[in-house]
Amino acid sequence: MPSLKDLKNRIGSVKNTRKITKAMQMVAAAKLRRAQEAAEAARPFAERMTAVMSALAAGVGTGEGAPKLLAGNGRDQVHLLVVMTSERGLCGGFNSSIVKLARSRAADLVAQGKTVKILTVGKKGREQLKRDWANAFVGHIDLSEVKRVGYANAQAIAREVMAAFEAGEADVVTIFYNRFQSVISQIPTEQQVIPAKFEATGASALYDYEPSEEAILADLLPRGVATQIFTALLENGASEQGARMSAMDNATRNAGDMINKLTIQYNRSRQAAITKELIEIISGAEAL
Amino acid sequence: MASTLQFDLVSPERRLASVPATEVQIPGANGDLTAMEGHAATITSLRPGLLKVVNAEGTKAYVVTGGFAEISASGVTVLAEQAVPLDELTAPQLDALVAEASQAAALSSDKDAADKLVADLQAMRIAAGL
Repeated sequence: MPSLKDLKNRIGSVKNTRKITKAMQMVAAAKLRRAQEAAEAARPFAERMTAVMSALAAGVGTGEGAPKLLAGNGRDQVHLLVVMTSERGLCGGFNSSIVKLARSRAADLVAQGKTVKILTVGKKGREQLKRDWANAFVGHIDLSEVKRVGYANAQAIAREVMAAFEAGEADVVTIFYNRFQSVISQIPTEQQVIPAKFEATGASALYDYEPSEEAILADLLPRGVATQIFTALLENGASEQGARMSAMDNATRNAGDMINKLTIQYNRSRQAAITKELIEIISGAEAL
Repeated sequence: MASTLQFDLVSPERRLASVPATEVQIPGANGDLTAMEGHAATITSLRPGLLKVVNAEGTKAYVVTGGFAEISASGVTVLAEQAVPLDELTAPQLDALVAEASQAAALSSDKDAADKLVADLQAMRIAAGL
């Protein structure tokens, strides 16, 4: 049975914890709004880009002479998994869910006899994957110094990925991130970026192409990779803040419950102590 | 009043402009072109250069570094990798762009294309009057 003093200290410390989690929740809410705005602002570009590229891709096809980023390099042996996670913790299951998906995918690929390489973006994913996939690591991109993810960051990742592809060190590139659905729901998603995959669009509008369809497509594909990565980074950013917000909301509520319980316990033992003292005095007086 | 077409300029990070325009001058990869209402549907890639939008309020110029433009009879959508309104662009920013491109040119396997990019940027610099 903890003493009254212990209980009091305990209540004090839980109250402090609640203050901190509450503050973190509010910070996350503010950041979430910004992240969502950024994701929203990037949407028109990504949508137009995908629309034009899929129209082009449908026109050019994946036959002989098609750009490698679209048709692949004809092999399917080495898979590069780009695992995008956060730089900071305390965001609930955010990182674990991405890592879980990446891990099961990697295990599947290895079971099929493929080679798996992993490029991590964000510190937390690296820490979690380090134990069983450290041998597959080919690189890490640190975004901890980056305050606001910009297109330049996505370009840097895209450059690295495309360099690996061109050097023949990777045949298929897949990115893993959390798609933002709502504050309480983020969907771990895997998306193949090289060779590029497009949903078949219906009738493509009739356009004149200048220079040629192929030239434009060749010019656009690398940008397309960067755009997809950029979108993923932004979605991930919004998801991270959303996950943190709900995790901190839970933590705040738990701390509140805990304080209530401890307060009841404290009051009970205080009363018990008083009663005990009274009984002692009364029985002492009766004995006289 | 000439008839207008809808002009949208989007960069990966935000939408920079969405205004009606009477004509849009685009620095296409194969040469400049001007889109007006009723232009044949065209998709062209961009070279670094000045993008000019003319409408009732006057002419507004943007510096773009690459990307593509989608022209239809009723509108122009420019997807630029980087786009900055000309009056907000400063000489150091341009210098950084040129430096970046020259650095890339030094490493690039496609020497011609990379050198052309640097030349385009320098030409743009003169056009921008910085």
